[in-house]
Amino acid sequence: MAVGRETTNEATGAGREDGRQPPYLYPDYVATRLRAPKKPLIILPRTLSDTTGPAYGSGPIGELDDDLTRQHSGEPLGERIIVTGRVLDGDGRPVRGGLIEIWQANAAGRYTHKLDQHPAPLDPNFSGAGRCLTDEEGRYRFVTIKPGAYPWKNHENAWRPAHIHLSLFGSAFRSRLITQMYFPGDPLFEHDPIFQSVRDEKAQQRMISSFDLETTRPEWALGYRFDIVLEGREATPMENHR
Amino acid sequence: MSPEPTPSQTVGPFFHNALLDEDRSELVSPDHPEAIRIEGTVYDGAGEVVPDAMVEIWQANSSGRYDHPADDREDLPLDEDFSGFGRSGTDVDGKFSFVTLKPGPVPGPDGRMQAPHLMVSVFARGLLKRLVTRIYFPDEEEANASDPVLSSIEDRELRRTLVAGDEGGVLRFDIRLQGEGQTAFFAL
Repeated sequence: MAVGRETTNEATGAGREDGRQPPYLYPDYVATRLRAPKKPLIILPRTLSDTTGPAYGSGPIGELDDDLTRQHSGEPLGERIIVTGRVLDGDGRPVRGGLIEIWQANAAGRYTHKLDQHPAPLDPNFSGAGRCLTDEEGRYRFVTIKPGAYPWKNHENAWRPAHIHLSLFGSAFRSRLITQMYFPGDPLFEHDPIFQSVRDEKAQQRMISSFDLETTRPEWALGYRFDIVLEGREATPMENHR
Repeated sequence: MSPEPTPSQTVGPFFHNALLDEDRSELVSPDHPEAIRIEGTVYDGAGEVVPDAMVEIWQANSSGRYDHPADDREDLPLDEDFSGFGRSGTDVDGKFSFVTLKPGPVPGPDGRMQAPHLMVSVFARGLLKRLVTRIYFPDEEEANASDPVLSSIEDRELRRTLVAGDEGGVLRFDIRLQGEGQTAFFAL
């Protein structure tokens, strides 16, 4: 591929990704209309600037950072769940010691955020933010509560399917990913333009966690499995060097 | 067979408690003798400021070494106190800022050197995947002219958006997502 050649690829993202990644411009998601770039993207040749990347995006992990149900004096309301899975690079190798940051609404569908005006109750025992590091096999695990669906103003009677936001670095600048994990069988998928912005059905399935009886703990919490694959082949193995 | 990547989804408007709970916009102390300050505003296609974006930077240290195992150029010193990663939210006026060190030049494709630059990711509600751009330095005219990435951008106006302005010692790098003066963005 020619160095830095301007692509014929539409900034809409059509073409190269075949619907496996969302485009920048997806008019049904109204906020993309004024935020999607219109000029063609420039292909960036692979150099050390992007095959390297922050090993840890954040400082030390606190003991309770991976358990969102124990960050306050009491227990949050809602359905306690365990979310676990593996993080792999584009070659299928585990991403070791990689930071995962998550955030989500509470069981009633309300975020602890000053701009969330949804008239659902806040939960004084739930902040909805966590982080953890992947282990030697790329595995991660969070304990949290199942988030509620919530309304937004994208269109008349618009509701987001329940989801957990995840942010990951992987081993290089190229592998940075922010995504959302959904729950199986949600009737809101077909009405949600953010979910639908990923057009390929198999790719959609890769955003949906699966119920996992093995992860489920008797008398305590349902388990959901969500594996994550980051972009980037020829990736450098992650090392704990900080 | 290689596994297929997990699709990107928007960061949404409610990430602050999780991603900006601590200030990571100062990679060095403002008192550092070589500290530089970078400021900018994010604008949308209507020219309105974007108050709910997050900007991340990734860069080499002042010797041009990345703090990462893939950069094995042992002759260049690593700086224990400099990770090269920074993160800033935008405020109600759409402004972000970083205090950092100017990176050294780094190797490019085909053995050519690249002019000093910062890698930049932009996340926001309305961006279903991040935008990637670069910040180059206004006092590096010669290096910028021969930079393999910059010099390959034929559209002069677009190329110019990647070089920060110098406003009395503060570097200004505005990010225009769309429309007149749109910033150059990259496909990785």
